[in-house]
Amino acid sequence: MKILRYLKTDIGGMITLGLLALVTIIVPICNLLVPETSGLHVSTFTMTLLGKYLCYGLLAISVDLIWGYLGILSLGQGAFFALGGYAMGMYLMRQIGSRGVYGNPLLPDFMVFLNWQHLPWFWHGFQWFWFAMLMVVLVPGLLAAVFGWFAFRSRVTGVYLSIMTQALTYALMLAFYRNEMGFGGNNGLTDFKDILGFSLQTDATRAGLFIASGLALAAGYLSCLYITRSRLGKLSTAIRDQEDRVRFIGYRVENIKLWIFTFAAILAGIAGALYVPQVGIINPNEFSPLASIEMVVWVAVGGRATLYGAVVGALLVNYAKSYLTVAMPDAWLFALGALFVLVTLLLPRGITGLLRKKEANR
Amino acid sequence: MSVLESMRGFMRRDQVFDFLIPVVPPDLDLTHGVILYLENLTVSFDGFKAINDLNLYIDDGELRCIIGPNGAGKTTMMDIITGKTKPDSGSAWFGQEINLLAMDEPEIAAAGIGRKFQKPTVFEHHRVIDNLELAMTGDKRVWPTLTASLSDEQRDRMDEVLQTIGLERQAGNLAGSLSHGQKQWLEIGMLLMQNPRLLLVDEPAAGMTHQEMDRTAELLTSLAGAHSVVVVEHDMDFVRSIANKVTVLHQGSVLAEGTMDEVQNNQQVIEVYLGE
Repeated sequence: MKILRYLKTDIGGMITLGLLALVTIIVPICNLLVPETSGLHVSTFTMTLLGKYLCYGLLAISVDLIWGYLGILSLGQGAFFALGGYAMGMYLMRQIGSRGVYGNPLLPDFMVFLNWQHLPWFWHGFQWFWFAMLMVVLVPGLLAAVFGWFAFRSRVTGVYLSIMTQALTYALMLAFYRNEMGFGGNNGLTDFKDILGFSLQTDATRAGLFIASGLALAAGYLSCLYITRSRLGKLSTAIRDQEDRVRFIGYRVENIKLWIFTFAAILAGIAGALYVPQVGIINPNEFSPLASIEMVVWVAVGGRATLYGAVVGALLVNYAKSYLTVAMPDAWLFALGALFVLVTLLLPRGITGLLRKKEANR
Repeated sequence: MSVLESMRGFMRRDQVFDFLIPVVPPDLDLTHGVILYLENLTVSFDGFKAINDLNLYIDDGELRCIIGPNGAGKTTMMDIITGKTKPDSGSAWFGQEINLLAMDEPEIAAAGIGRKFQKPTVFEHHRVIDNLELAMTGDKRVWPTLTASLSDEQRDRMDEVLQTIGLERQAGNLAGSLSHGQKQWLEIGMLLMQNPRLLLVDEPAAGMTHQEMDRTAELLTSLAGAHSVVVVEHDMDFVRSIANKVTVLHQGSVLAEGTMDEVQNNQQVIEVYLGE
C-alpha cells in the first residue's frame, strides 16, 4: 500500500494520527463509562467542544490542500463548509417532524411562521439520510466545480482569485440571510431533535458523532497525504511555484486545479456536516468572510504545506478562541489579527516550521 | 417524407455523430524535411508591431541560432510557437500537418515542442529527479498523474538524462540549491524528458561562466540531429561556437540568414546590430 509508505516518511503525521486515534478512543470512554464523580470523567460539553475542533481540523486540511500545496488562497472555504452544514441541517430539520413548536408534520417551524403552505422543492428528499449525505458531497462539490471551471479556465490567479472566493461566500451569506431563500433566514436551522433515530441530547449520540468526526479527520488526512505525495501532489506544488512551466511541459493546469479545488470543497462540506449536529445550529454567519479568513489563519499558524500543521493550527487557534471569547470577549478579533501579522512576520512556516527547523539543524 | 429522410440521415447506423468522433491529432509529418514553418506572422501589442511579417523555416535536426537586438521579437516568436501568444495574422505549422495556431500550450507541448525560458524556471522546492519526473512524457491527465508510479525504463531514462546534463551527483538535491548554470541544464534536461522533436532554448548561456558555457555549447550541439534546436542568444562567442546557421531578427522580421561569417559581413546587419 502506497499510503502506508507515505505515512512512514511523515513523522508529524504519524504523531498527529496516533494522538487522534488515542483521543477518539479515550474521550468517549471517559465520557460514557467513567462515573461523573471520578477525576477522569470528560464532560459532554468538553467532548462536544473537542468534536467541533476535529471538524475544524478537517476543514483546515482542506484549506491547506489548496493553499499550502496548490497556491490558491481561498478566502471562501467557509462557503463549502456551510453548504455541507446546511445539507445536514436540512436533514435534521426534517427529522423534527411534528415535534416542532407549531407541530406541523411536514413544514419546519420557520416556514409555518412565514405562513408558507408547501415545502419548497429543494427541501424534498432531505427526509432521507442517504440523500442528505449525497447533497453534503454534491452541493459543495458542484459549486466548487462550476466556480473553479470559470475561474481557472480564464486563468484568474493570486489575489484576484482570493477576492472572488471572498465575494462568493459573501454573496451566499447575503442570500442565506433572506427569509425568501427558504433556509431559515438569519436564525438558520436549529432546534434539532435526533439523527438516524438517536436523540441528539444523549451522551451516547454525542460520543458517536465525536468518533465519526475523528474518523473523518483521519480519512481526510490520509487521502490528502496520498494526493500530496503522489505525482499529482508534486505537480500541484510545481503549479504553486511556476505555473507557466507546468503548462509548457504539457499539463492542463486548469484541470488539475479544478479537481483539487473540488476535492477540498467536498472535504470542507463533510466537515460542515459533522459540525452541525454537534453544535446544534447552522446559520448564515458560517458564510461570513471573517470565518473563512480565520480558517486561513489556522493554517498559517500551524504551518502551510504540512497537513499535520494545519490540524495543529486549527486546534490551537480554536482553543485560544474558546478561551479568549470567554475571558475577554472584545479582545478576540484583535488577537486574531495580531496572530496573523506576527505569524506572517516571525514564523512564515508556522509553529510546525519551528520543529522542522530544529530537525534540520540537528 | 423529407422529415423522415433527414431523420434517417441524422440517425445513420453506420456512422457515429460528429461530436463523438475522437479528435486524433495528426502525426508529425516531415516529408519535406522542414519541422517548423512560420509564414507572414504579425503580432502587435497596442499598435507596436512586435512581429512584423516574419517568415522562418527550421529544418529537421537543425541547430539554428537566432540573434537580434533587444525588442527584435525573439521571445514573442517563441511565445507564438508555444501557444502563449496568438498572432494577428500569418500561420505557424509544425511539420506538414500540425497547425500550431489552433492549439494551446499543453497540446503543443504534447505534440513535441519543448521550451526553455529566458530566466531558468525549475521547480525549486522539488528535488532534481522530481523535476525530471514531472516533465517526463506520458499520460498527463489528472487521474493517471495521481496514481502514477515510476517504471524501470522511466528510471533508466531519468538516469540517462541526468548523465546528459551532468547532474548525476545532484539528483537528490533540491533544485533551488543548484547554481545558476546547473538550473539552466536542469531545465534543458526537463525538455529532454518530454521527448520533444523541437527544442526552443531562450538564452541558455546567460549568466554562465566560460566553462559552463562550453559545456552548454557541447550539450546543445550533441542534441541537434535527433532534435531540432532553436537557440536565441545574445552572446556572440557562444553563438559562434555552436551555430552553422544564424538568423538575424530586427524589428520583428528576418533581416539576414546564413552562416556566422556571412551574417557578420552583411552590411545591413552591421548597421543595426553588430556594428554598434
